[in-house]
Amino acid sequence: MRFVDEFRDAGRARALAARIAERCRPGRQYTFMEVCGGHTHTIYKHGLEDLLPPEVNLVHGPGCPVCVIPMGRVDDAIHIARQPDVIMTSFGDMTRVPGGTGSFLDAKAAGADIRMVYSPLDALTIARANPDRRVVFMAIGFETTAPSTAMTVLRAAEQGVTNFSVFCNHVMIIPAIKAILDSPDFRLDGFIGPGHVSAVIGCEPYGFIAREYAKPLVVAGFEPIDILASVLMLLDQLAEDRCEVENQYARVVPWQGNRIALSAIGRVMRLRPHFEWRGLGFIAHSALAMSDEYAAFDAERVFDLPGVRVADPKPCQCGEVLKGVLKPWECKVFGTACTPETPIGTCMVSSEGACAAYYNFGRFDREQMHRAAGEASRA
Amino acid sequence: MNRERQVLARIERVRRRKPVVREELITLAHGAGGKATHTLIEAVFLEAFRNPLLEPLGDGALLAPAAERMAFTTDSFVVSPLFFPGGDIGDLAVNGTVNDLAMCGARPAHLSAGFILEEGFPVADLRRITASMAAAAEAAGVTIVTGDTKVVQRGKADGCYITTSGVGYVEQPVTLSAAGVRPGDAVIVSGSIGDHGAAVMLARDDYGIEASVASDTAPLHDIVAELLKALPEQVRTLRDATRGGVATVLNEVASASETAIVLREDAVPVRPEVTGICELLGLDPLYVACEGRFVAVVDGAHADQALDVLRGHPLGAGAAIIGSVAADPQGLVLLRTSFGGTRVVDVLVGDPLPRIC
Repeated sequence: MRFVDEFRDAGRARALAARIAERCRPGRQYTFMEVCGGHTHTIYKHGLEDLLPPEVNLVHGPGCPVCVIPMGRVDDAIHIARQPDVIMTSFGDMTRVPGGTGSFLDAKAAGADIRMVYSPLDALTIARANPDRRVVFMAIGFETTAPSTAMTVLRAAEQGVTNFSVFCNHVMIIPAIKAILDSPDFRLDGFIGPGHVSAVIGCEPYGFIAREYAKPLVVAGFEPIDILASVLMLLDQLAEDRCEVENQYARVVPWQGNRIALSAIGRVMRLRPHFEWRGLGFIAHSALAMSDEYAAFDAERVFDLPGVRVADPKPCQCGEVLKGVLKPWECKVFGTACTPETPIGTCMVSSEGACAAYYNFGRFDREQMHRAAGEASRA
Repeated sequence: MNRERQVLARIERVRRRKPVVREELITLAHGAGGKATHTLIEAVFLEAFRNPLLEPLGDGALLAPAAERMAFTTDSFVVSPLFFPGGDIGDLAVNGTVNDLAMCGARPAHLSAGFILEEGFPVADLRRITASMAAAAEAAGVTIVTGDTKVVQRGKADGCYITTSGVGYVEQPVTLSAAGVRPGDAVIVSGSIGDHGAAVMLARDDYGIEASVASDTAPLHDIVAELLKALPEQVRTLRDATRGGVATVLNEVASASETAIVLREDAVPVRPEVTGICELLGLDPLYVACEGRFVAVVDGAHADQALDVLRGHPLGAGAAIIGSVAADPQGLVLLRTSFGGTRVVDVLVGDPLPRIC
């Protein structure tokens, strides 16, 4: 595939891996967090950890939009979906996330009209095609997806669509990273910064991480070569005693971000005073709600919501996994009570979730795997 | 009196005329078992599938066994949309059952066809479906010898569902079993994977993606017969890679044989269009359905010979050795990625859901 294959080239990967190994100071361990779930997925899908020297550890961060949705919000969304005249629309990943009373898929089986869409614009199309129904879009995601939600609301307003609203659960990456930096069990050497989010917000908002917390951050692309290159850039900074925000993904991420996207968010949404994150608890100024000007498109105002807070299941350690304190397999219920078939925690739901990615691609004895792969390639 | 007799004779002549379905849409009457049902059966189904075993339209067909070992299988088809580039539910329903029989090492012989139609389904669409079933049956050398039709109320089904069952005769001295797979065997796929699933996804038109991908639906009995004729004792097992794709059938094989299957990502044939669609939608081609491709596990020493046989057949031009069987870790499918890593290719949980970013 053109424009992609060059970022998956085995030869370049080996060369980068060799340079990474050279850059590691003997006896020192390096722990980097990839903030974004898309990176987690790439790392496991391509078997990237095989190419990294044992000194480099990657831990998975909070950047999986599905994983940070608290159970109470899922219940609220299902409450909306159960109204007889409602069509609920949602991204695919979201449909399996368990609330306190089941998931979208359970509600759909019980009769709710819940449809999977690829874009909020598809939800708007459904609204125009069904004028006698109320169509709600379950908006989730970081600054990556917030602009498309905002643009869709602007278009709905332009077109005078009155049966469309958004259940807004958009969250912001900076407060989440700050929560991790402030956490007492923080123990990271640097961050692989989110690529798509940065395409919207740019690189400047990360400045405080380098200035105030003295940790390097490299904004990275989503192909395996991008991630290896970013690891090398982080190691270079540490070796050279630098601590900066760098942009490995300049082919997509402008340093200043995308002003049009940001202004669309600014018009349609406002900052919430606080928002609950799955596993991380309430974080101040960490999420977006619909602004007063676009209240007519705000599902939270259009519908009466129960708004009941549901505590995370007791055994679930998603919070520690999201903060990178625990590796997925260190969670008490990982792979036994909590599996992709019957997820307890959200990290086990999306293929971008650290637990699901590890369960699907990484839970096996790597030495045994390499032996088998070696045998097979000789055969 | 004479005039009355003339009228009665005319009525008889009209009654003896070939039955014609005059309605444009299927009604509940077509499933009620009365006149309309008979007209539908004779004018549509018998007309399309006509053969001596079906023609008596009895409660069942009488078969004379042609070999000591027989294979028997069944499959239901609910594809949406009913018509897609490269095929429709009709040829899918025939090829699907033909292929299941072929995977047992059998020569497919006779099929049954059960239809569940939704009230309001266009008769023209039904004719189009039966015509492609007839063409597929002829191509596969099978006859449709018995069938059934039910009509359900509007909204209780999605247009047309078809169930086909089939019998075939195992005429070659083969023992095919996933449990017989052993370390050192080679894993071969008969052509590029994921074409059918990708074609159907695009035909649903949910994504606004345009690409020239057609379903790979095809009868595999002939290419399988060639392979088994050349290597009757060296082919361990055959599986058509339908729902769940190549990854799913290989997991079943690894689990049944308590071996590890190791695939080489760069050896797996995938059309660039299919790779592109999967990349955009966040899917993995290894899990996307095929309807005219199969996986053969073959004694490693004869892998090249098997590949030559497959490539010599029009349906196997794109065949490739995609991996091999190792002893450990038992029950797992591993993928050596083009990038140089190794990962597990696990059984899919639920429906493949696209990732959001």
